[in-house]
Amino acid sequence: MQLPLHLMILPGLLLILVYSYGPMFGTIIAFQDFNPARGIIDSEWNGFDNFRYVMALPDTMQVIWNTLVIAVGKIIVGLIVPIVVALLLNEVRKEYFKRTVQTMIYLPHFLSWIILGGVLIDILSPTYGIVNQFLKWIGLESIYFLGSNSWFRPMLVMSDVWKEFGFNTIVYLAALTSINPTLYEAAVIDGANRWKQTLHITLPGMAPIIILTTTLALGRVLDAGFDQVFNLYSPQVYETGDIIDTFVYRLGIVDAQYGVATAVGLFKSVVALILLSTSYFLAYRFANYRIF
Amino acid sequence: MVERYSMSRKIFVGFNYSILTILAILCLLPLIHVLAVSFSSSSAASAGYVKLWPVEFTLDSYKYVLGKEEFFRSIMMTIRRVSVGLVVNMVLTILVAYPLSKEVEKFRWRTIYAWVFVFTMLFNGGLIPLYMTIRYTGILDTVWALVLPQAVPIFNMILLLNFFRGLPKELEEAAFMDGAGHWKTLWKIFVPLSAPALATVTLFTMVNHWNSWFDGLIFMNSPKNYPLQSYLQTVVIQHNFTSASLESIAELQKISDRTFKSAQIFLGALPILLVYPFLQRFFMKGIVLGSVKE
Repeated sequence: MQLPLHLMILPGLLLILVYSYGPMFGTIIAFQDFNPARGIIDSEWNGFDNFRYVMALPDTMQVIWNTLVIAVGKIIVGLIVPIVVALLLNEVRKEYFKRTVQTMIYLPHFLSWIILGGVLIDILSPTYGIVNQFLKWIGLESIYFLGSNSWFRPMLVMSDVWKEFGFNTIVYLAALTSINPTLYEAAVIDGANRWKQTLHITLPGMAPIIILTTTLALGRVLDAGFDQVFNLYSPQVYETGDIIDTFVYRLGIVDAQYGVATAVGLFKSVVALILLSTSYFLAYRFANYRIF
Repeated sequence: MVERYSMSRKIFVGFNYSILTILAILCLLPLIHVLAVSFSSSSAASAGYVKLWPVEFTLDSYKYVLGKEEFFRSIMMTIRRVSVGLVVNMVLTILVAYPLSKEVEKFRWRTIYAWVFVFTMLFNGGLIPLYMTIRYTGILDTVWALVLPQAVPIFNMILLLNFFRGLPKELEEAAFMDGAGHWKTLWKIFVPLSAPALATVTLFTMVNHWNSWFDGLIFMNSPKNYPLQSYLQTVVIQHNFTSASLESIAELQKISDRTFKSAQIFLGALPILLVYPFLQRFFMKGIVLGSVKE
């Protein structure tokens, strides 16, 4: 009776075993002086040499630091903006206005970082970019946003918010509609104005979902957004913008240092596993959140 | 609810509507600007005359882009990956979601299988080992390299799994009473009843395959096999014209680099803009569906 169920899972399971578990097994080349011509079996083992080599590189600590700063910046701003927008949208009584605004703010979520990166490079260009034209028009100096180490991180955070805040707003709006309306009625009778209602009913009502999304976001604190950074950065801003994933890409694909790149990737995956499991466990424990 | 609007309330409402209007417009302005540039003459674009409306309207950049062989070739590759990927993803998503949606009492291995799949969300081997795996399995430089590594999209699978669980148990029991097995129950009852969830997952899958670019860039040795987004990455982001022939450089001087890029950006986003109305309607539902849990 259960045989058909096993058969249904089989094709998906095999592919997962090859293309997800295969690479997991492949991380053993982090402990090898890997040579693609000789393969995994015949390459020389070198213990922790790759890890030692990476730790001795001058850029490594900076890259880890950049990753954390960029990811935390995105988590904080990416948390505040959707909550505020959800609260503002929640005060709108005209349905068509609400829907129109939602339609406009979700759109960037569905576009790739190639499209959005192309748009950003164009509008932020120091020569013809419309943003700098505007700055000059109001009498300011033009700024090379994507080539300046003081501007690159803020630009990453801002453009990430541009892409994702609309989408995240939905989650909070859904939480808002699930707050019991009798609470508001009682508050009105007690003489609470709108502001007081927001402060004492709406925000506490949203607290569980806010805690949940933050916990889950903290589990991904080593993901500073490869797709975004890769398409916006340049050697001028490596100092502030190079993150673990772009570093692995350059070590592995560009410099062909396979063992070393795998070591960095493995380090990231292991830390991510610990952080993710912890955050899912906390979310399960305190918000009763389950993945499935 | 009848509300008496106090003065401060009126001010807040006016302020609220203005803020939201500005915010919504700000989200789209960059896209509109690039669209306007793509329809402008190259001289107007390089001189920075274009704001939100085309200056000296022309279709030259589009004619140039659409006449390029590389552009067409990459679109064909994208169409291939979207169609092959869609079939593989949908069939496997359904086939995996169904057994995993069963109770442990009905399918003892469920929890073990579920963890095998979910663990891939928590841990991955990283870039180089994945590249090696694709190389050793001999699918480098083929459309399969863009499809098989993400053959079972776990997020979509969980979404569908939760939807399956929300279906009434009686239907399944009735089907079994009538002598239907698991295969028949899945295709004749679960799949037809899950149309809204399947539509959501289909759209997600198509958008995902259309937008993917990094896999094309590293798993395709020959740029001839790049799907559209990977090709756009090389021309719009890397802006590397060193390999361009003298002839095409002369051509490019007529159509500025900038209007040319803008036209390609717009064409790369066009299919998403076309399915967006459906996407929006479905994904609101999809998110609600995904959260249906027992």
